[in-house]
Amino acid sequence: MKKKLVAFIVCLVMVMMPMLAACGGGGGGEEEPAAEAAMKVGLICLHDENSTYDLNFINAFNESCKKLGVEGIVKTNVPEGQECYDTAGELVDEGCTVIFADSFGHEDFMIQAAKEYPDVQFCHATGTKAHTEGLANYHNAFAAIYEGRFLAGVAAGMKLNEIKEAGNLKGDVPKMGYVGAFTYAEVVSGYTSFYLGAKSVCPDVVMDVTFTGSWYDETAEKEGATNLINGGCDLISQHADSMGAPTACENAGIPDVSYNGSTVDACPNTFIVASKINWSPYYEYVINAVQNGETMEPDWTGTIATGSVELTEVNEQAAAPGTVEKLEEVKAGLEDGSIHVYDTSTFTVEGAALDSYKADVDTDPAYEGDTEVISDGYFHESEYRSAPYFDLQIDGINLLDTAF
Amino acid sequence: MDKTVKEPLIHITKRRMVSKKREWTVRIVSILLALIVCAIVTAVTTHLNPFAVYASMWNGSFGSERKMWVLAKELAILLMVSVALAPSFKMKFWNLGGEGQVLAGVLATAACMVYLGDKMGNAGMIPLSLISAIALGALWAFVPAFFKAKWNTNETLFTLMMNYVGIQLVAYYIIKWESPKGSGKVGIINQNTQVGWLPSLGGKPYLLIVLVAVLVTVLMYIYLRYTKHGFELSVVGDSQNTAKYVGIKVDRVIMRTLVLTGAICGLTGWLMVAGTDHTITTTLAGGRGFLGVLVAWLAHFNPIGMLLSGFLIVFMSRGASEISTAFGLNKAFGDILTGIILFFVIGSEFFINYQIHFRKSHRKEAADV
Repeated sequence: MKKKLVAFIVCLVMVMMPMLAACGGGGGGEEEPAAEAAMKVGLICLHDENSTYDLNFINAFNESCKKLGVEGIVKTNVPEGQECYDTAGELVDEGCTVIFADSFGHEDFMIQAAKEYPDVQFCHATGTKAHTEGLANYHNAFAAIYEGRFLAGVAAGMKLNEIKEAGNLKGDVPKMGYVGAFTYAEVVSGYTSFYLGAKSVCPDVVMDVTFTGSWYDETAEKEGATNLINGGCDLISQHADSMGAPTACENAGIPDVSYNGSTVDACPNTFIVASKINWSPYYEYVINAVQNGETMEPDWTGTIATGSVELTEVNEQAAAPGTVEKLEEVKAGLEDGSIHVYDTSTFTVEGAALDSYKADVDTDPAYEGDTEVISDGYFHESEYRSAPYFDLQIDGINLLDTAF
Repeated sequence: MDKTVKEPLIHITKRRMVSKKREWTVRIVSILLALIVCAIVTAVTTHLNPFAVYASMWNGSFGSERKMWVLAKELAILLMVSVALAPSFKMKFWNLGGEGQVLAGVLATAACMVYLGDKMGNAGMIPLSLISAIALGALWAFVPAFFKAKWNTNETLFTLMMNYVGIQLVAYYIIKWESPKGSGKVGIINQNTQVGWLPSLGGKPYLLIVLVAVLVTVLMYIYLRYTKHGFELSVVGDSQNTAKYVGIKVDRVIMRTLVLTGAICGLTGWLMVAGTDHTITTTLAGGRGFLGVLVAWLAHFNPIGMLLSGFLIVFMSRGASEISTAFGLNKAFGDILTGIILFFVIGSEFFINYQIHFRKSHRKEAADV
């Protein structure tokens, strides 16, 4: 018995030898000598390429590193806990001088690491604490994605007008559905700007919003979108990171305005357009600043002008005619300041227009409003810190559930 | 009368005596075989050099001092859960509630830190959170044990259900404690005051946890092996009737043992919140309540053996995330390799305990009978 076993193993090893020889050259062991001198930067991601959100960060990161000739290290599937701190430490050990993290829940662990390694720059996307934490090497970044969502909303409104003119509305007034993750300001800001965009071209539109309680839950997002469709919505958009909602729309033949990137490959008949953040300008800004020894502000907000807020190509098959031209026109208006997304003359809260609002810009456990954000006739989003703080419930938007 | 005995192609018999040497030979051979199969799978599916992949896995655990500490911390926490579950399973009480019992400890600790963080210093907070965590963990295990002892309810379903109750309760408090509003995240609790945080011994933040785990493991070894309690629970595990016959109060042993299990799980939750993560999420237990069962079974409930089986699991998981970074492989690939190795390791137990006989060509003998 023993002899047979030994013989079996010997056979296996012999079978394997040629295989090893064949693929020996493909290993990751060889490094180019030039790479040693290059600056190293790290990226910590909550999920991996299967999440549209993380993929958007990873693609931009790899492009920027290649363009600037620095070495990038990507760590995927890092949970929002001690693992984030440990991973940041590993990246420091590997020689990174800048470390990015992509998920909101990474923030406190990035701050913990930033306190421990003052010589390394820690740059956290979507966080809220850099401007109050007072650390020279800890920074937040976001993009004025509300402008992108406003534009996407315009495309949605035009589609609704088209459906309305054809007499195919499900109800009396055009109704949109929105699948959000949490009742968090980033999501509220997102769906409100989307709604206002649609309203700017389709004045009688209303919107239902549902929340999944997770940033990435394909089943819940699909279910949420399906419920909205069954509830009489003519068009769907979402702020959560899986393919759940777009897939549900494609199955039901309901137009969808997507987020994070184009879903036209999977949804050729229903995908209209998507807004997304392009992180490359931020990566390049940080890497250049560190290379030149410049100091960085605690907060950085990308805009349409910096190339941080983008729309994907419009899918002509699903979009209303003339969408591309109209988007160009509104985009120019946003850039020259003639259009403001949260123009207080375009929305009401509990039936009244607002002329003053204190937002919770400096995060505290009591959620106290601390900064006046309405002046010159509009709500100043992402100016007092990069992460959105618009959390008003405006009229015309109906929240189906607020458990999360 | 000519009677032909039809012998099956294969038949299996249980081995009576298995020498330690044979046991370990089979285990080592099975791990080697697993590594060979993994190498073939790696080479065929990814076209990478399997040895480079193995080197990278090794690097994931031992590549730097920090990685070794992370390995030690992960192993310590998994070991604590396994050690906690061992007496339950040795008693044949199928406790699948480790996850909920750890979360109970997590919740109690976090509650102390959130509600009393600005009212007391570390001298009061650390003992208070420790006692609360142990008490709530013990309660989480006691409830199913009580129902089992009194009314013989099914403990597998009951402990599983307690997991869900625990997860939902934690989810509720996360929404209650979240900051900023609506984010669904609690973040690091008392980040600036560090109230309720365990001290880091000698500048090594994970040293304390490792020491506690070693201490608990050694104590459990002594408890199971040399104490009356340990003997009683193994008798209950072998046969409840025997236990009753020799005068062991079975229901008391069940409840007592589960309180011990739950208390150690609660202690583990305390170590995670006060010692390492300083936050609360529904996934903080991270499946260790189930992995711990595997670790304990593989080691035949021997706490020292659990160190080895636990190491195998943690080493593989650290390696899996390392190769996903180094080679750009999906994390699922690491899980495939872990699966193959576990398959062989668990399979080896079969070959240790049973013998396979193939049909020999001795028809002549049969004809002679």
